[in-house]
Amino acid sequence: MSPNRIASRSHGSHSTLGAAGARMRHEAPAKGTLFVNARLMDPESGIDAVGGVLVREDKIADLGPHLTAGSLRDTDRDTDIVDCLGHILAPGLIDGQVYIGEPGEEHRETLKTASKAAAAGGVTTIVVMPDTRPVIDQVALVDFIQRRARDNALVHVATMAAMTRGLDGEEITEFGLLQHYGAIAFTNGKSSIANTRVMRNALLYARDFNALIVHHTEDPYLTSPTTMNSGEVSARLGLPGVGTVAETIMLERDIRLVATTGGRYHAASITCRDSLEVIRAAKARGLPVTCGVSINHLTFNEIDIGSYRTFFKLRPPLRTEADRQAMVEGVADGSIDIVVSGHDPQDADVKRRPFADAAAGAVGLETLLAAALRRHHAGEIPLMRLLQAMTLNPAKLLGLKSGRLSIGAPADLVVFDPNEPWVVAKEDLHSRSKNSPFDTGTLQGRVKRTIVAGSTEYPFPV
Amino acid sequence: MLADGNLLSCETLSHPAIVTLLDMADAWAAKNRRPEPVKSTILSGRTLINLFFEASTRTQSSFELAAKRLGADVMNMNVQASSVQKGETLIDTAMTLNAMRPDIIVVRHHAAGATELLSQKVDCAVINAGDGAHQHPTQALLDALTIRRIKGRVEGLLVAICGDILHSRVARSNINVLNTLGARVRIIAPSTLLPPQPERFGVEVFTDMVSGISGADVVMMLRLQTERMSGSAVPSSREFFHFFGLDDEKLKSAKPDALIMHPGPMNRGIEIASTVADHPRSAIREQVEMGVAVRMAVLEAIAHQLKSRAGVQP
Repeated sequence: MSPNRIASRSHGSHSTLGAAGARMRHEAPAKGTLFVNARLMDPESGIDAVGGVLVREDKIADLGPHLTAGSLRDTDRDTDIVDCLGHILAPGLIDGQVYIGEPGEEHRETLKTASKAAAAGGVTTIVVMPDTRPVIDQVALVDFIQRRARDNALVHVATMAAMTRGLDGEEITEFGLLQHYGAIAFTNGKSSIANTRVMRNALLYARDFNALIVHHTEDPYLTSPTTMNSGEVSARLGLPGVGTVAETIMLERDIRLVATTGGRYHAASITCRDSLEVIRAAKARGLPVTCGVSINHLTFNEIDIGSYRTFFKLRPPLRTEADRQAMVEGVADGSIDIVVSGHDPQDADVKRRPFADAAAGAVGLETLLAAALRRHHAGEIPLMRLLQAMTLNPAKLLGLKSGRLSIGAPADLVVFDPNEPWVVAKEDLHSRSKNSPFDTGTLQGRVKRTIVAGSTEYPFPV
Repeated sequence: MLADGNLLSCETLSHPAIVTLLDMADAWAAKNRRPEPVKSTILSGRTLINLFFEASTRTQSSFELAAKRLGADVMNMNVQASSVQKGETLIDTAMTLNAMRPDIIVVRHHAAGATELLSQKVDCAVINAGDGAHQHPTQALLDALTIRRIKGRVEGLLVAICGDILHSRVARSNINVLNTLGARVRIIAPSTLLPPQPERFGVEVFTDMVSGISGADVVMMLRLQTERMSGSAVPSSREFFHFFGLDDEKLKSAKPDALIMHPGPMNRGIEIASTVADHPRSAIREQVEMGVAVRMAVLEAIAHQLKSRAGVQP
């Protein structure tokens, strides 16, 4: 059976923004920039060597150890030279899970403020979730996001559309049309599809369009609004807990459906060893299954909640230390494909409440790279592997051309010093909401420059 | 020609049986077109009951007309107002009707297999006019006749059946008849509207309309049976039309002389564009005309078998 590939159809003159994502355009950038004296790291080619990258307009024109400040010919006078001072130059990060408040809850976050946080964090593409008001479940709303991003965002914005209307979990959305107008994947956001038939049909229908289904795996009947891991800590704190079984039951059901339908499936954010084993088994069977983990679940465990610290109230919840270690192991061995920030801005009003009543979620765009580097500095995950999980892998999963250093690829780049220490201060964060679990914490590794489509967006253009 | 004197399914119709029925139907079609009235006594004194548990206009009236042209007494059971509404089971209804000693019962029922069950309980001939998503034999025969009359043959033609295959008795019946007659059959639908293991029907399966109808001699559209939708099989009629509706653009990938067919009733703008429905190559009205001829042929074939039954002369 031939897959129904929309990409190969001709649909007139409508531009397909989806593949690259929308983004604000400045006045014409310099004709070219040569980045020299950089430690190039590219997960696709495996290159890890000192050299340079030549950018022409919005693409990489050349790269490699042969490029130095002396490489420019007289004819290249209009090319700027940037000395990277030996810092790492890698593909810009692609953050596969970012919640925003636009439209509907702009007091939490807008595309503009999220994109500033992204640029400051070395993230050149943010994948925004459809959990907004209204929900991004129709063509006109995908178009709205793309246009708002084009006019306001410093980085690329790719849109994941809702898998069901209004995220109601009952009626699937127009995958074909939404995909054509730029949706890069389909998800039910923070809610899981309880109705097995709907999930089955979604996977089956998505297969015809080679579309990706991204699912939050949490059995709604086993979930409590408290969203704290069920165990000794929740017992001592006197909070109702949610066991990891809520996640694995849903994940195992989904894998069965993937096996019968052949639809492409991505578990948005796994948190525990049991889920990791389910994913490993599915991959061993050759099923089209991938998964992600949030930086928070690689970094923290349930004990960090301490005395009811609501900045550590997340959904899915922080688990045990053994589960956190399993997540680290999964990223290290490649069982877990991508690392996301899970950026979820919540204002003080909904966080400054008793734990059970507080909103779940943490901002993370700006700290994603530095927090991931902790695992590198701790000797747990090789740096190249970490970069792969935040660049090449999400690019491949979502069909983006970025996420790699290669000639002709988009010039979406990050330059960072992996060693520079800094203290996170919430007043310095660019996100409109300041709910960072890293607040007052020390991180090692600092973004020096973020280049999006060939132009430097961080430090912010004046 | 017809096993047990019934017509319940196309699965058991042999190649010679189909060809004979189509030849007979051809003859009736010619007679139906003549200005003088068709007066036949083949079924005179015989009683035919139209027992429709599911609403129908064209099939029921087509059977009624066919039977009357052959001289039968026709009774239309209004099931909506009958004892079925009072809770009578299908078998009790069958036994009751059987006691009235009809000669032929034409049945449509929403449940697959209902006509088969009913035929086991009555002594008269039973014609399946559609049982759930299972079979609709006279539709497939009239489609084959329409194709044969316009194209001159069925064998070797590429026929693309598009739309809601999963819920379609028309598709299943047509696949049987067209395969038996030697056509090459393709089915085209979104995966959510395909039955499991569709390739086991002896067809080529496509989920892309343009490649599916590419080079087709016949494009047969099915009605999107919205009343049978459950669990979100198709997100919207807008999206369905965009990807699976037959419009002028998609029709270009079929052969230039491709025939356009639809069993009716059509949802214009959902599975077929108005311009295509009213296209010069649309055979949709011819299909309705052939419906009467095919049903006359089927009734005639059954009449011959009625006569051979012992002791049931009126």
